[in-house]
Amino acid sequence: MATITIDGKKIEFKSGQTIIQAAKDNGINIPHFCWHPKLSISGNCRVCLVEVAKMPKLVIACATLAADGMVVFTNSEKAVNARNAVMEFILINHPLDCPICDEAGECKLQEYAYDYSVGESRFKEEKQHKEKRVPLGPNVMFDGERCISCSRCIRFCDEIVKEPQLTFVQRGDRVTIVTYPGKELDNDYSLNVTDICPVGALTNRDFRFKSRVWEMSTTKSVCTGCSRGCNSDIWVRNNLILRITPRENEKVNSYWMCDHGRLNTFKNINQLETRINGAFIKEGLSHVPTEWESAYRKAANELKKYAKDEIAFIGSPFATNEDNYLLAKIAKNFGVSNLDFMRHENPAFGDDILKRNDITPNSFGAELAGIRPGKNGFALSEIIQKINDGKIKVVYLLEDDIAESNPEAAEAFAKLKLLIVHSVNFNKTTDLAHIIFGAAAYAEKNGTMINFEGRVQRIRPAVALATPDKSLDGQKLSRQDKFGTEYDSWAQKNIKDALPSWTILMNVAKELDFRLKYNIAEDIFLEMSKNIDALNGLNYNILGELGVPVKDSINQPLAKAL
Amino acid sequence: MAVKKRTKDLTFWQKIYLPEIAKGLALTFKNMVKPKYTIEYPEDKFIPPPSYRGRPVLVMEADGEERCVACGLCARVCPPLAIEVQASETEKEKERYPVKFEINMLRCIFCGFCEEVCPEEAIVMSKDYELAFTSREEAIYGKDKLLTPIDQLNDRIEFLRKYK
Repeated sequence: MATITIDGKKIEFKSGQTIIQAAKDNGINIPHFCWHPKLSISGNCRVCLVEVAKMPKLVIACATLAADGMVVFTNSEKAVNARNAVMEFILINHPLDCPICDEAGECKLQEYAYDYSVGESRFKEEKQHKEKRVPLGPNVMFDGERCISCSRCIRFCDEIVKEPQLTFVQRGDRVTIVTYPGKELDNDYSLNVTDICPVGALTNRDFRFKSRVWEMSTTKSVCTGCSRGCNSDIWVRNNLILRITPRENEKVNSYWMCDHGRLNTFKNINQLETRINGAFIKEGLSHVPTEWESAYRKAANELKKYAKDEIAFIGSPFATNEDNYLLAKIAKNFGVSNLDFMRHENPAFGDDILKRNDITPNSFGAELAGIRPGKNGFALSEIIQKINDGKIKVVYLLEDDIAESNPEAAEAFAKLKLLIVHSVNFNKTTDLAHIIFGAAAYAEKNGTMINFEGRVQRIRPAVALATPDKSLDGQKLSRQDKFGTEYDSWAQKNIKDALPSWTILMNVAKELDFRLKYNIAEDIFLEMSKNIDALNGLNYNILGELGVPVKDSINQPLAKAL
Repeated sequence: MAVKKRTKDLTFWQKIYLPEIAKGLALTFKNMVKPKYTIEYPEDKFIPPPSYRGRPVLVMEADGEERCVACGLCARVCPPLAIEVQASETEKEKERYPVKFEINMLRCIFCGFCEEVCPEEAIVMSKDYELAFTSREEAIYGKDKLLTPIDQLNDRIEFLRKYK
């Protein structure tokens, strides 16, 4: 294989790779602004200048093909001087408003200024002034002065979304970015430009000025906006989720994530007014808060009053595999065969980039975990039919607002004698419920979800609950969350009293005289990996940060030996 | 073993005692007529020099605006985590301002790091050393208590420009 030498280190490269790609694959970082692994080469920032032996001039590493035997110096005197000069040029018109700029702390220009710049400017003249605070679209704000004209955002719209919306106008130091006349930056992936922007020129309007980057904790998670399951980072401060950004995973979402997933998957978790804190029992027309223990007892006692064929258990494609598996296991043990979950398809949602029509994160997993009608059991549409006929009188429902998305079901649920619901927020379904358990949202618990391609991925607790998770992974907390006391005004911990669905199920099962002993979510997953072929041999460690595909994901695998 | 002479053995004049007494009293009488250093505190206030680090305050410009842009560096550098800043957006040119700026004076250790790190010269140590509270809530100083007109802080700012 062909080799190239970078700073005395011999590395192999695939033919067709540029110097910067070969270096990146081998863990050598060559500074770059305009180059992005997933975008075309532009070569306009010039900060990746390197010296190549026997070449008369410096070359840019991003646009120079690696050739066999090439000797590259990234830190020779010539290369360092050139880099310093480029940094000085870029900083000529860049305002020094880092204290105001939201990008500070994750800014490429700031980092490179520390690493590669001389630290002072010889430019004494007035900086070029441009338009600041231009809303380019519903989600993105543009600051012309901070822009270093790397064109990443333009190339992103052209090449990834294939919806050209941005362009350069003017020339030289007056160059700036505008949307095409009559257009705005309103594609479904527009917020990705705020991530790839190396400076603070493009900012997320939803997140602007909410928090500094270093004040938040980040937790690796998975987006629940659709069945793609984009890998994401959840940014939390004061126990509130402030933003969600994509996390690189070549097998799932590359570097990208859609605006829907970023903006609409966490606000309900923060909403204190609609969150269900603890357990509720319906008395008369209103729901009364109850102790967890008495709610478990009440649920179990009520369930025992009915014949098994009068009961239906409904799982959820929004819940984790662990939750669904436990529901299926309890249904089996209790003798309930009416077991199903509702699929949520939105044909208008999907596209051919990331978004999928299946707007639930875990329908694959719910099915794999065994949420399907047992022997002589009924599927969801039949269950609704049977409720209307008065044959089914009890429904136990896991984390899914079925009444909202299915009016027919809402009508049927109103006729039930007993409706037990696990839910994160109060909604139409909980309005009809007789017993409500406050369930932990996906950002508050451990678990796994399986995306539409059959990739098993971990979710982790990013937000603390009143009852902490016992898993040994621990939980990442921001400095404020970690050290705040009840006497600090900034430590309003916003802690909700909710439990992961599997814990609630385990406790209800105990009252049903079915003793289960799981300490952490992984205990359930390990049991699943023993009983379900497709998950054989997996554990949370093997899933790691990027997840692994289920075995033989083409043939829909079936659970056995429940 | 040779007996070692102690270095602190008294001399003859010290042994006869009286000259030493006279010396001591001379010092006493000298200081009796010197100007006093003590202050009758509650009645007379101590006015510290500009190098003094009293409670941290926010600089308020002549137009009533704070200088602070809520960059959060003071909160980050604060060793006892006494400072909380919440930024927000304004229509003004500076874009960003602190919608909430609180210092918990029970946590504050008067180290002056916040002043040192501030890129806007917006938080400085004042000469105020009189801090008393009757409850924990009272000890949390918000923007209303922190904002101080710049003309009261000029000598500290001058001092900082000279030595920071």
